[in-house]
Amino acid sequence: MSTETFLPGPGPDLVSAALPTTLFRFATAGSVDDGKSTLVGRLLHDSKAILADQLDAVARTSADRGFGGEGATGTKAIDLALLTDGLRAEREQGITIDVAYRYFATDRRSFILADCPGHVQYTKNTVTGASTADAVVVLIDARKGVLEQTRRHLSVLQLLRVAHVIVAVNKIDLVDFSEDVFREIEADVQQVGRELGLGSDGVADLRVIPVSALDGDNVVDASDRTPWYEGPALLEVLETLPAADELESHLESFRFPVQLVVRPQGALAPDAIAGGLDPEAYRDYRAYAGQITEGSVKVGDQVSILTPGQEPRTTTVTGIDFAGRELAEAAAPQSVALRLADEFDVARGDTIAAAGTVREASADLYAAVCWLSPKPLREGAKVLVKHGTRTVQALVRNVTGKLDLASFGLEPTTTLELNDIGHAQLRLAAPLPLENYLHHRRTGAFLVIDPLDGNTLAAGLVNDHPGDHEDERYSI
Amino acid sequence: MSTFLTEEPTQVTDAPVSTRLSSLDTLESEAIHIIREVVAEFERPALLFSGGKDSVVMLHLATKAFWPGKVPFPVLHVDTGHNFPEVIDFRDRTVERLGLKLVVGSVQDFIDSGELAERADGTRNPLQTVPLLDAIQRNKFDAVFGGGRRDEDKARAKERILSLRDEFGQWDPRNQRPELWNLYNGRHTVGQHVRAFPISNWTELDVWRYIERENIELPGLYYAHRREVFARDGMWRAVGEVSQPREHEEVITKTVRYRTVGDMSCTGAVESDAATVRDVVIEVAASTITERGATRADDRISEAAMEDRKKDGYF
Repeated sequence: MSTETFLPGPGPDLVSAALPTTLFRFATAGSVDDGKSTLVGRLLHDSKAILADQLDAVARTSADRGFGGEGATGTKAIDLALLTDGLRAEREQGITIDVAYRYFATDRRSFILADCPGHVQYTKNTVTGASTADAVVVLIDARKGVLEQTRRHLSVLQLLRVAHVIVAVNKIDLVDFSEDVFREIEADVQQVGRELGLGSDGVADLRVIPVSALDGDNVVDASDRTPWYEGPALLEVLETLPAADELESHLESFRFPVQLVVRPQGALAPDAIAGGLDPEAYRDYRAYAGQITEGSVKVGDQVSILTPGQEPRTTTVTGIDFAGRELAEAAAPQSVALRLADEFDVARGDTIAAAGTVREASADLYAAVCWLSPKPLREGAKVLVKHGTRTVQALVRNVTGKLDLASFGLEPTTTLELNDIGHAQLRLAAPLPLENYLHHRRTGAFLVIDPLDGNTLAAGLVNDHPGDHEDERYSI
Repeated sequence: MSTFLTEEPTQVTDAPVSTRLSSLDTLESEAIHIIREVVAEFERPALLFSGGKDSVVMLHLATKAFWPGKVPFPVLHVDTGHNFPEVIDFRDRTVERLGLKLVVGSVQDFIDSGELAERADGTRNPLQTVPLLDAIQRNKFDAVFGGGRRDEDKARAKERILSLRDEFGQWDPRNQRPELWNLYNGRHTVGQHVRAFPISNWTELDVWRYIERENIELPGLYYAHRREVFARDGMWRAVGEVSQPREHEEVITKTVRYRTVGDMSCTGAVESDAATVRDVVIEVAASTITERGATRADDRISEAAMEDRKKDGYF
């Protein structure tokens, strides 16, 4: 079988020095049957991210499995889904086991794709992929329409406050490119979105696109077989949506968990000295290293240091350093080192935030938790909570409800099992500067860890205390 | 104040700050965050340093993460005994320049003592696992930084940024911890250790564009040079002490460069005129073959070659 037809043509211009490409992270959710692997393979193939030796390997395997058949050429001759198989067990069983990460680029953007398998442990995988995603693509089979799994996926995305949700109605070729079928599914999706409140708070938006992953319609280029669809193809949407860190950021939302203190005390890097750094001037150097999780900061800004168990201390930023460069300002997600006016005792686990913007630290944690472990959650369990750069012991006081992802209702329960999402109340051994996840996607997030084997048990989303702001509670 | 940079990264401007960091700046920031997390949470980290481009980039990121202080961990090299002499020379100069401690695990020592046997095909890459685990155990390293990238191989696409390994260094792909937000869970018990991959999300092209932007020095064999080579397994193999042509293999002089730098016995060169970092960026962007497919004999053995090596404790 000839593989010449697969040789990538001229790819995007990734070389030009004038090119300020930005990074965009997205995830895909859906089951094998929806053609998700084929869609991912199509995106990678048509954006020239697949190289000839990878295609050769896939073509050989496709032929072994009888894909394509006599006279088939080009992408019709290969099983695009094979492009995303990673592990031997996946190839042997024809399933996808774990989240896989893929990379491709266009002239405008570099993409990181978290490919989340849908049929096993879909909550675990979708939560994982969505936690870092700027956008999530949910697949629906045009012949089946909105299924319970679609509702589940969308409700997880609403819970995690993913900014952009794209529903790809796949296999549109198998319903003869019917506008009626598409419009009906589109209306159903919008209805589910309304029920969930998706986009109602201005956080998320929801788009629906008819595609054929197998043939490539509306994946990379707009298709002439869907003349009734006037919107952009999937890739164009992904190229133009704003990434979370491209939004305007302000001091008032500035958050900076301190990772470590940079204090060389005379033990300077020899290459820095060789580069002209004066050791005398750095004898008392002290800066706080971390990654800005949200907002921005400028030299001269007033900030508060939040140390659990202490009153917030206010000081001024006197310097923002990054590897020998002094910056006037910095914003999320930059990794920098901050110098402060006062010589406070600041350590890992403390948070530096815009002065006066963070409420008091609390040892009572109310949260939505996505349970990711086969070991169930029970009331009275002792766990660890990792929040920002601090890990504390915690006691699970009670489990207050389990989310029915299909009806979006909360049912009473005292335990959570693998892939359940529920509400729980924890008592922390030390107070943490907890913030509502709804407004702070980083400082409102935490991990629940098993103190015995160290495994990650759950993803946690901080809720307000009951009665604080009823209107800001999760809608689900 | 001194600067390491020859080219300025993205500048942020007026308030409110609209941060359009370039993809390289975002990747750099993420890698530095991971390196700092591991240093803060582990007692004895070390960085795998082979002199290959990915490990050189890793070390550069570490110098930026702790500036103006020293890189606060030693570097570890698993020497197959078949390394390119110019790469070993580069390794030693780099360690000296940065004032680092170098720990070497030697494949040759294990072969000499009979704990490892030379393979029939002469390839020593898979033999690195035993000396690696031995060095980790003897030095009580609890975290080991590697320059592995998810775009390199389909098994690596499933690797975590922090990858838990048992006493045997084994990777269990079906039982990995979910990685959420930027919260990395590095908890481990006695005997376990963690492999950390801060440049997981970089591609080969990102690495080269970063080397160009940061003006990072690499061993010369990454750039086009004249070399005596012979063809084997569809690759150009260098003529050297441990890499001798067989009777029917004709030796010719060609202009080549290396896309990966590993063991001489399994790393092939590609024909190339790319003599500068800019040339290489252009070449990599236009390449139609992956770096491992082009230059690593050991990854051609089977579809799951990398997966099998990783399960046994490889990087």
